[in-house]
Amino acid sequence: MYVRTAATCIGLGVAAIAIAAGPAGAQTPKRGGTLTYMIPADSPPSFDGHRETTFATVHSAAPFYSVLIRVPPDNPASTTEFVCDLCTEMPEPTDGGKTYTFKIRPDVKFHDGSKLTAKDVAASWQKIVFPPEGVTSARVSYYAMVDKIEAPDDSTVVFRLKYPTTAFLPALADPFTWIYKKEIIDKDPHWYQKNIMGSGPFKFVSYDIGQSIKGTRNPDYYHKGKPYLDGFVGIYAAKQSVRVEAMRADRAAMEFRGVPPSARDELVKEGGKEIVVQDSDWNCGNIITPNHKKKPFDDVRVRRALMLAVDQWKGAQALSKIAIVRSVGGIVFPGSPLAATKEELQQIAGYWPDIEKSRAEAKRLLKEAGAEGLSFELTNRNVDQPYKFVGTWLIGEWKKIGLNVEQKVLPTGPWFQAMRSGSFDVVVDANCQSVVNPVLDTGKYLPQSVYPESYGGYEDPKSVELYQKMLRETDPKAQRVAMRAYEKHTLDTMAHAIVTPYWYRIIPMQSYVKGWKISPSHYLNQDLANIWLDK
Amino acid sequence: MHRYVVKRLLLAVPTLLGAAALVFVLLRLVPGDVCVIRLGSGGAHVDPAAVAACRETLGLDDPWPVQFLDFLWNYISLDFGNSMWSGNPVAHEIAVRLPVSLQIAILATIIAILFAIPLGTISALRENTWLDHAVRVIAIAGIATPSFWLGIMSLVLVLDITYLATGKAWMPPIDYVPLWQDPVRNLSMVLLPALTVGYRYSAVTMRLTRSAMLEVMREDYIRTARSKGLLEQIIVNRHALKNALLPVVTLIGIEFAFLIGGLVVTEQVFNLNGIGRLLVLAVQNQDNTLTQALVMLIVATFVFTNLVVDLLYAWLDPRIRFS
Repeated sequence: MYVRTAATCIGLGVAAIAIAAGPAGAQTPKRGGTLTYMIPADSPPSFDGHRETTFATVHSAAPFYSVLIRVPPDNPASTTEFVCDLCTEMPEPTDGGKTYTFKIRPDVKFHDGSKLTAKDVAASWQKIVFPPEGVTSARVSYYAMVDKIEAPDDSTVVFRLKYPTTAFLPALADPFTWIYKKEIIDKDPHWYQKNIMGSGPFKFVSYDIGQSIKGTRNPDYYHKGKPYLDGFVGIYAAKQSVRVEAMRADRAAMEFRGVPPSARDELVKEGGKEIVVQDSDWNCGNIITPNHKKKPFDDVRVRRALMLAVDQWKGAQALSKIAIVRSVGGIVFPGSPLAATKEELQQIAGYWPDIEKSRAEAKRLLKEAGAEGLSFELTNRNVDQPYKFVGTWLIGEWKKIGLNVEQKVLPTGPWFQAMRSGSFDVVVDANCQSVVNPVLDTGKYLPQSVYPESYGGYEDPKSVELYQKMLRETDPKAQRVAMRAYEKHTLDTMAHAIVTPYWYRIIPMQSYVKGWKISPSHYLNQDLANIWLDK
Repeated sequence: MHRYVVKRLLLAVPTLLGAAALVFVLLRLVPGDVCVIRLGSGGAHVDPAAVAACRETLGLDDPWPVQFLDFLWNYISLDFGNSMWSGNPVAHEIAVRLPVSLQIAILATIIAILFAIPLGTISALRENTWLDHAVRVIAIAGIATPSFWLGIMSLVLVLDITYLATGKAWMPPIDYVPLWQDPVRNLSMVLLPALTVGYRYSAVTMRLTRSAMLEVMREDYIRTARSKGLLEQIIVNRHALKNALLPVVTLIGIEFAFLIGGLVVTEQVFNLNGIGRLLVLAVQNQDNTLTQALVMLIVATFVFTNLVVDLLYAWLDPRIRFS
């Protein structure tokens, strides 16, 4: 992660410089000011983080809430480090890795002045993991390993697991897992959909539906000295051109989701030194899924041919200039220790370094399968970045082995429906996660009977067996080996899916915004407590 | 006249019913639903149990006839339901946005009337002169230019001009403040969109005013008025313009109704939280309740505006009587 100056971005002849972003403490943070940022959405469906999955909810309401643990705000790019927010120290698991005991800070108050205790933490987590009837929790499946959540006293929360797994702590650091007041959710578990009352760095001021949300500094915030800002204003602006123009005119300092390279270049060109850019690999990617229930995609040779035709290495380079994608990766996010190295990837079909050899093999397989000159439809989502760019690129790649592919672009609803009903030949799917949690994130490649949001329509007991082995392995080295076996089986042996280059998150912002650091997800590090304005 | 109004209002009922049936069926023919979009739009895992619970809560599993009868009964009892996306009452969602769209529509209409009628009249009275040609070029350019494109261009122009002039780019505010709270901020935000929309609106009206005036000026009664020695100003204002305005008023009414829900792209370009933007959002999210309500609002606006236009006819032309 680094901050780039304007000059490096547009190559104005100045020597390329990448200034390593020093820690926020390198400069003394200044107090005061109001951060105005944009939320690239029309409005969140509700303010209940337990129920929603959209970033619009997080970008609107995360500053009002605390969580139990989180990615470190000073180093959110880390894929392995987690720190306490409400707890006093990160616990060592006991009971063979099945019990985690958290001590809760004694100095935390909700914004209504009442004390936050372990009972509130446990009640919130109960709502997330074991929602009562009639209550929607979007992440129940993330916590399949959790057996019980207990609060034996006001300062202790205990999580008991069914089996030890390295997936638990990252799952616990999910940015939607806000801590609510037990008294409120006991009375009305839906209350937090329309109301905001947390214990985070900012107190809720106002919400103008579809327009803006405002917060003011919480003077009783338990991380002493923070937040630095007096307040914030989040303005909803779904259209990218509005957001870019607003940043150009300094109507807003930044947005937290990400812009395409062209918007970055435009802003940097106009803004000069007043605009800085942070960028990072993004824990999101497009997965190309052939429908195994449709001929000829039931034939592994045809699926392998689709993979072998694609030049990931050159494609990623070229696409990164126009679309929000950049790094080539396997099923695991490239920044994770569990991810394949370049050398390991190059052993997998579709990642071979010699593209001519790869395409020759693809043609041979198609001929052998009797699918030469195959014509099919690539179903895609009506979203420019990066869906349509990726789709168009793939069609060009497949043409090189004689395939005729037509792109069918659908609005979000029909696109989902096409995947869920299996009415597609090949589809551009997406896998976008928050905390980097490879063990859970790679569940997407399991058969649909195990993981309902896997749309390939295949049954594969071997895949399940390899995944389960990796899921329950707690030794890092052995787990890495298990992950490679699962990856090789998924992408190479069975060619269940093609992983296209991972998304790339580009955040241009006014240079006076300090203290915020980019993470591999637009859901993370959004409580704004570290941000200060150098004005 | 009262009987006429009542009759027209009663005739509106089948129109609204037809629109309701049409929008109801069309929305349900689109594959997918709000629950899958809502719970899966993040791109992460979608819990099928959560989707099923959401569908049940929203009544999406009910048979279509049941849903349609519910929809009709709720409207009869003036309960427009809750948005499937936000859970807020539909009436509240619309009430928040309506002032923005109304303000733009009213401003654009004022701009259109102020420019179109005088220029259209002058153009007709000075037919085939350089003035007429200039007005026609302005009008054709206005019709040919989409207002959203003009909106984007005008914003870019404002940014570029202020940047060149002061070294710091400026643009209108992007967060709406009501007129009564901060008139300067409000007007600086809505003026540019009103001008860009008003330009196209006035272009259409200008052309119609011109052609209507040309037609009226060739009528026998105008010739008679001239032969009586009336002043040209009186002939134009009292005899020609008033009669020529009949089709113009119809056009202004239709355009005004269109502006209430039709500024889909312009509202997005200027980040205006209006009805047009809400309609796009509702359709994208497959929020059937909200989409139905917005379509009904737009249909009702058209029906009401047409009625007002018809009533205005009597004032403009006393020969028209209602029966």
